[in-house]
Amino acid sequence: MSDFLAQHAEILITLVKILVLLFVVLTVNAYLTWFERKLIAHIQSRWGPHRVGPHGLLQPLADGAKFLLKEDPTPAGVDKFVYYLAPLLALALALTSIAVIPFGPDPLHFKGHDIYLGIVDLNIGILALFAITALGVYGLALAGWSSNNKYSLFGGLRSSAQMISYELALTMSVVGVLLMAGKFSLRDIIDAQASSHGLFGWSGIFHWNIFAGPFPQILGFLCFFIAAIAETNRAPFDLPEAEQELVGGFHTEYASFKFAMFFIAEYTSMITVSCLCSILFFGGWLSPFPASWTFTTYLPSVLLIPFGLWVIWDGLHYETIFGRLVLPAVGAVIAVVGAVFIAVPAVNEFIQGPFWLLSKIFIFLFVYVWMRGTLPRFRYDQLMSFGWKLLLPASLANVVITAAALLWRGN
Amino acid sequence: MNAPLIIFFVLAAMCVTGAISLILQRHPIHSALSLIVVMVALAGLYLLMGAEFVAAVQIIVYGGAIMVLFIFVIMLLNAGVEERTNLSKLAGFAGIPLGVALMGFLAAAVARSQDMVQVATQTGATAPTKALANLLFQDFVYPFELTSFLILVAILGAIVLAQRENA
Repeated sequence: MSDFLAQHAEILITLVKILVLLFVVLTVNAYLTWFERKLIAHIQSRWGPHRVGPHGLLQPLADGAKFLLKEDPTPAGVDKFVYYLAPLLALALALTSIAVIPFGPDPLHFKGHDIYLGIVDLNIGILALFAITALGVYGLALAGWSSNNKYSLFGGLRSSAQMISYELALTMSVVGVLLMAGKFSLRDIIDAQASSHGLFGWSGIFHWNIFAGPFPQILGFLCFFIAAIAETNRAPFDLPEAEQELVGGFHTEYASFKFAMFFIAEYTSMITVSCLCSILFFGGWLSPFPASWTFTTYLPSVLLIPFGLWVIWDGLHYETIFGRLVLPAVGAVIAVVGAVFIAVPAVNEFIQGPFWLLSKIFIFLFVYVWMRGTLPRFRYDQLMSFGWKLLLPASLANVVITAAALLWRGN
Repeated sequence: MNAPLIIFFVLAAMCVTGAISLILQRHPIHSALSLIVVMVALAGLYLLMGAEFVAAVQIIVYGGAIMVLFIFVIMLLNAGVEERTNLSKLAGFAGIPLGVALMGFLAAAVARSQDMVQVATQTGATAPTKALANLLFQDFVYPFELTSFLILVAILGAIVLAQRENA
């Protein structure tokens, strides 16, 4: 048994990493729905979910149970094979794409193995990601086509047209970053930012691609983020599932867990895009502060301990027994974790990278929801002319200017 | 049997099955799906040969962009199930023997070079993207630019043809 473990250690470690990441991503997905509903509710002066559990925190569990227990009818006249394939395809591709994301700079040491945070580090990382997302459109398009429903078909058609239009701008907007890094691997792109020329020679945040280099990638970032929102079919680009015109769009005829699979796919792509934005343009796991400001390494603890104490305090005010028991327990765990970070310098050092990356990812997820709560949906012709006449030329201009600036600086 | 060889045969089988299914399927969407399987399996084969960049581009361009366009057009035209006709006489008399002959030639060529499978499953010797870029943009820059120009002309032609009906 131990021989077997020793021989196949790499494979086993990778399998465990996949399981852990899958668990984390699915849990985050579930709570992202809670976060989105709560945030949009507050944007619209409502309370949002607050009946199931304290602050509605158990709502995702209730939703999950509902998805599993609902009747799952298959409409008449559907193309069975494609109809069942489509949600599987959407979910599998969305989950695969997260495998190339690195989550931290330093490896964990475990019995002589270096365990990096992230499943694989490919030489062609960003290209592999684009390849997977390029296939992701089939889930939506085929779902719309196979459902034997006119609204679904329109949703599928819109999604494929939208994907074709915005994929060009998406890919082009990254070229500037790739030119500056000279590598395709996401880890190398972050490392290149760590050693880049900061804007005016300043350090910290000014090393990030969005500010640094011969030509700051602000234009590239805007193009990338807008195109990425369109690629993930989120508001204001959610035409494939425009409720007012298309009922539910491509997923009109899907119920129960097949519907949930589309939902999980959409939220997972949101997470992937947020990871990519942070890594490509916002320095990944690099801290926004100069390295000489060592006191900023205590920031995670400074955030976690008061938050944990607040959760305890909030839980004690709760009226149900469950809330009074569980919330203080959770708060205590958070506060203790924060205290451990202060107490053990090695742990504090290790979590700096993941802390900053996760914070940036969280900010982008917030922006995603914020935009959905704020912006009205595009009209179809506006969507097309925006993508082809503004976004694509802008991202091409970004490539040309960045290349010229790099050449001029003699890189 | 080592792992790359097994992966090679799995991918090769996927390719051939996909290609046969592409011809035999009666619904255009199913045919297009089979073609996607062929494209993705081909990308896997490139990856096995260490051509990472070509593999990624194969999926992005062929698997993604071009096949999405195919599926988009099939959906837009709402193409139904094809009717099956009997083989035309020409296909029967000329096509089948020619197909068999082509397969024979290819098989002979493969059989003659014994290290074909070894080459196909060679891992480690990766063709880095940098080397490819040097080839494209330094050694063969003029043919490359000419090809780009050709594609540009084709795009312009498509726009002219599309605009003609509006004018």
